[in-house]
Amino acid sequence: MYVAVKGGEKAIRSAHELLARRRRGRQDVPELEVSQVEEQLSLAVDRVMTEGSVYDRELAALAIKQAAGDLVEAIFLLRAYRTTLNRFYSSEPIDTDAMEVERRISATYKDLPGGQVLGPTFDYTHRLLDFALLAEGEVEASNTEAVEARVDEAMARVSQLLEREGLMVNEADSGAEPADITREPPTYPCDRSARMQALVRGDEGFLLALGYSTQRGYGRNHPFAGEIRIGEVGVSIVPEELGFEVEIGAIQVSECEMVNGFTRLEGGEVKFTRGYGLGFGQCERKVMAMALVDRALQAAEYDEEIKSPAQQEEFVLSHCDNVEAAGFVSHLKLPHYVDFQSELELIRRIRTADAADNEEDRS
Amino acid sequence: MKTTTEQRQHWMSVLAKAPPETLLGLSEDAIKDIHFDIIRAPEVGLTQVRARMGNRGERFNLGDMTLTRCVVRSSLNTVGHSYIAGRDKTHALRAAQLDALLQDPQMGEVLMERVVQPIESMLADARASKQRETDATRVDFFTLVRGED
Repeated sequence: MYVAVKGGEKAIRSAHELLARRRRGRQDVPELEVSQVEEQLSLAVDRVMTEGSVYDRELAALAIKQAAGDLVEAIFLLRAYRTTLNRFYSSEPIDTDAMEVERRISATYKDLPGGQVLGPTFDYTHRLLDFALLAEGEVEASNTEAVEARVDEAMARVSQLLEREGLMVNEADSGAEPADITREPPTYPCDRSARMQALVRGDEGFLLALGYSTQRGYGRNHPFAGEIRIGEVGVSIVPEELGFEVEIGAIQVSECEMVNGFTRLEGGEVKFTRGYGLGFGQCERKVMAMALVDRALQAAEYDEEIKSPAQQEEFVLSHCDNVEAAGFVSHLKLPHYVDFQSELELIRRIRTADAADNEEDRS
Repeated sequence: MKTTTEQRQHWMSVLAKAPPETLLGLSEDAIKDIHFDIIRAPEVGLTQVRARMGNRGERFNLGDMTLTRCVVRSSLNTVGHSYIAGRDKTHALRAAQLDALLQDPQMGEVLMERVVQPIESMLADARASKQRETDATRVDFFTLVRGED
């Protein structure tokens, strides 16, 4: 229990002023512009948008600047701002088949329609610090060889190829209205749509660790990265006053479809199972982790023994949100003076009693 | 000639995706002599973005995105709507004004030519140049064959 205390207003004001000065840093270094964060720290922006649950690059960049680069704090700021806006619409489901692909790889098929496209990736870099970036100067203009215009080959979906052969469980739409955990907190066991929404908002580090734990044997699900895609998709709504679909713009998303270990289904057929990950911007590590955890959380549907953390729905979903987690851990900083006084009194009383007992034993 | 829903959907999509400065620049002249009544002033809000599991399965909520909407009535007695990703009220107002004018047969034809089509080809160019950058990272696998020339 904590109690309200008064006073300290002046100290608080000074602390905030000091924070602003520290955030600004040395005056002889130019101030960082929000557009620079947006353009040059774009992967931080993507993470803040995904976990902050608002796709708006400028707002996410502003939050990062204000939080002095503390991404969990920036996510908190964006979530708080989100609550000040009305939600006008729910979009039609985005279509990642129609994505303008910037990256598309598959670890399950070498040759597949549409090919493998690496895009802007850290993969295959040597992870050596590039001291050229320390020196000021422009990135040299593209020296990429001219690429021949390629035949526009449709990018077939790996999961579709497997589904068509009957080798993988189908994803089908029952028409059920998806859960919205921002309106109604999940109750357990919950719908997979609630799980997906929670996982998108979930902390990347937490989900990465859980996904990793399944690979190390805590709820193994034998994953293959069937397909990873990054690119832009259009977003459409159907405003009531118009009654037809209108495209409002495009957003960049990352998508991961895991092909997981096969199992014998109720009907007797053997099929691969699957996990799905999706997030705003370029967030490949996040969507891979999400797909692993999504599959782990389907344990009950496949009659698998639930014994590892990643398979426990309530454990995963109620601890994956870093705004909630940070809030509850941070509350320990609030005054607990009265609480602690009573603990102090108690421990002193016990120790005095113990001392008296020892005295008696000796005599 | 009455415009079809498809035509309107098409220009609304182009207006939404247009870079705001370009849109304002190209349409300045066309709208300056027309009076517009504001029916719904530009307002910023959210749209819940939905997706499907495996892109085929059940729907789920991915997160929100910002959106600005606006409704105007032109002196030609047409009503224009706009729904634009982001928080740019000027963009939303201009897109609503243009949506109103594009529904007028005469104005519509001129605006398609002066505003919508140029923006469309700009967007196509940008897409093509991005596509070329992406294509340069396409992997060509070699299959190594032994014992042959």
